[in-house]
Amino acid sequence: MTEAVAPPPNAVAEGKRRRARMRAREAEQKRVRSLVTPEGAALNLKISTFSERFGAFILDVSLQFVIMFAIIFSIAFIAGAFDFNGWQIAWAVAQVLIFFVRNFYFIFFEIGRKAATPGKRALGLRVADRKGGRLTANAVIARNFLRELEFFLPLSVLFSFGAEGVAGWVNWLLLIWCGIFVLFPLFNKDKLRIGDLVAGTMVIHAPKVQLLDDIASATPARESTSAIVFTPAQLDVYGIHELHVLEDVLRQSTPEIKRNVANRIADKIGYAPQTGETDLAFLETFYAALRRHLEQRMLFGQRKEDKYDQR
Amino acid sequence: MSDRVMKSYRFREEREADWKQLEQIIARAESRGVGGLSDKDMERLPGLYRQAVSSLSVARTISLDQNVVAYLETLCARAYFFVYGTRSRMSERIAQFFARDWAAAVSAAKGPTLLAFLCLFGGALLAFFLTLNDNEWYWTFHSGWDSRNPNASYDELRATLYETDRKIVDMLGAFAAQLFSHNSGIAIFAFALGFAFGIPTAVLLIYNGVYLGSFYAVFWQKGLAYELTGWLFIHGVTELFAVILAGAAGFMIGGAVAFPGRKTRMQSMREAGEKAAMVIIGAVVTLFLAALLEGFGRQLINSDTVRYTIAGSSLIFWLGYFYLPRRGVGDRRD
Repeated sequence: MTEAVAPPPNAVAEGKRRRARMRAREAEQKRVRSLVTPEGAALNLKISTFSERFGAFILDVSLQFVIMFAIIFSIAFIAGAFDFNGWQIAWAVAQVLIFFVRNFYFIFFEIGRKAATPGKRALGLRVADRKGGRLTANAVIARNFLRELEFFLPLSVLFSFGAEGVAGWVNWLLLIWCGIFVLFPLFNKDKLRIGDLVAGTMVIHAPKVQLLDDIASATPARESTSAIVFTPAQLDVYGIHELHVLEDVLRQSTPEIKRNVANRIADKIGYAPQTGETDLAFLETFYAALRRHLEQRMLFGQRKEDKYDQR
Repeated sequence: MSDRVMKSYRFREEREADWKQLEQIIARAESRGVGGLSDKDMERLPGLYRQAVSSLSVARTISLDQNVVAYLETLCARAYFFVYGTRSRMSERIAQFFARDWAAAVSAAKGPTLLAFLCLFGGALLAFFLTLNDNEWYWTFHSGWDSRNPNASYDELRATLYETDRKIVDMLGAFAAQLFSHNSGIAIFAFALGFAFGIPTAVLLIYNGVYLGSFYAVFWQKGLAYELTGWLFIHGVTELFAVILAGAAGFMIGGAVAFPGRKTRMQSMREAGEKAAMVIIGAVVTLFLAALLEGFGRQLINSDTVRYTIAGSSLIFWLGYFYLPRRGVGDRRD
């Protein structure tokens, strides 16, 4: 490869981008807690972020409201058939049901097999024991009753006091209290709230991942692509990061993006496109060749992280 | 042709069917529980799980296919949580809780329970004597809207203790209101506030005791103590027991935080939290029963003797349930 002595004009920008990427990867690594199973294999569990948890919480609270309204409306509908006494009974029954929804919604779902409320499930979260042991019902109960204290108590007091015009500093104090508890997960590395602390639990991000077809196996036109051959020098241009980007491009992007990427790769490695070959065929063949090349090097202990990694 | 086939591709091709099978079994188990698995599934599961875990370790070192590695990570995590997770069913667990775990947790926490008891009744006694000496104390503890105050007459006070018209609607209403009354809130907060060394828990308990004691003094002065006791304790035995248990749960956590011993504070809090949770969930159940007794029992039964009988038998029942030694049934726990 012929490298120019003077750095290319966008070298500074590229360097910055690379450093940003490395920082992002490091931050991502910080979220990983490895859990050694009794078989001695390490599972990498990812701690969920504060925003994920907050989103799940909002979802759950909204869902609770929906359930409560559904209860009230359906009971009102039934009670509508009776006289005034019917309404009183209806209100009492609704209150009892709402009591259960309000207090046992989180506990019911988290004790369940998926160890997650619907909101958490929607965002791919689940509750797990911090030590990797089994999640006990007691831990779930403890972490959820503490939520009352962390969030609902200060909130309700805030609402009931604000109206009556109690001393302003009390409200401020409550607001600070609320803030400390709500923002507590931001200030520790495991993103634990007080309830997690007491119960010895953590919330992990473990979404279901579908096993997709191996790109290297999807060879649409084997006869025509078999003509495409790359030299080792051409394959040495890129590293693992670029391979992964290429994988994402192949799995989920528009034909225009694929064409652009194909052109840039061809440019960079100095490859002359043959007549009649499609961008997709080129990219897939290149992906397979690059992966094979990098995997082979990896077996010999050389991990080429990205295109700047000159090994 | 064979040149194109990579190690990582062959690796995947050989094992993919097994991974898929494991995924199916886990999905079935997650949606329908262990009961949803056939004998054949159960037989296959351990082998498939171990294979997936070892596949993951291999894939990390030889494969650069992001999707495969991510897939195996989550598959193994899900399988791990299932294989090493809880296996007992909800109904079994609930039965076990009432049969043994709850009583065991409560009787193991005699110290904190005694402390909570002293806080509650200490506060009550204090307020009782203060109010007996000087009625002004009553107003320190209560706000003005309650009609049951020292200025009320004997008849007015007596009227509040007995129900004349009994409608099922009112009972249901009283029951529901009771659920929402501050009791369950107090119980939960007495527990939740425990981690601040148990101090807020103590304050909460004493405050409730004071409230009760001054109230009692008002009736005592009018010579209604006997009637009030029946009115109060038909459900009060159960309810106060629950509040004391909640306080005890709070003290357990507070004590663990304040005096962790040789463990780290976190570890100690965590272990106490486990045990205290058992006590507190029981307290909530008890409060539910108390609400039933208060909503229906108190309205239906206007005879002092029957009220006392119920109060006494509930006391005997709870004491026996919690503290009578029972035959150990192994120590399986979930």
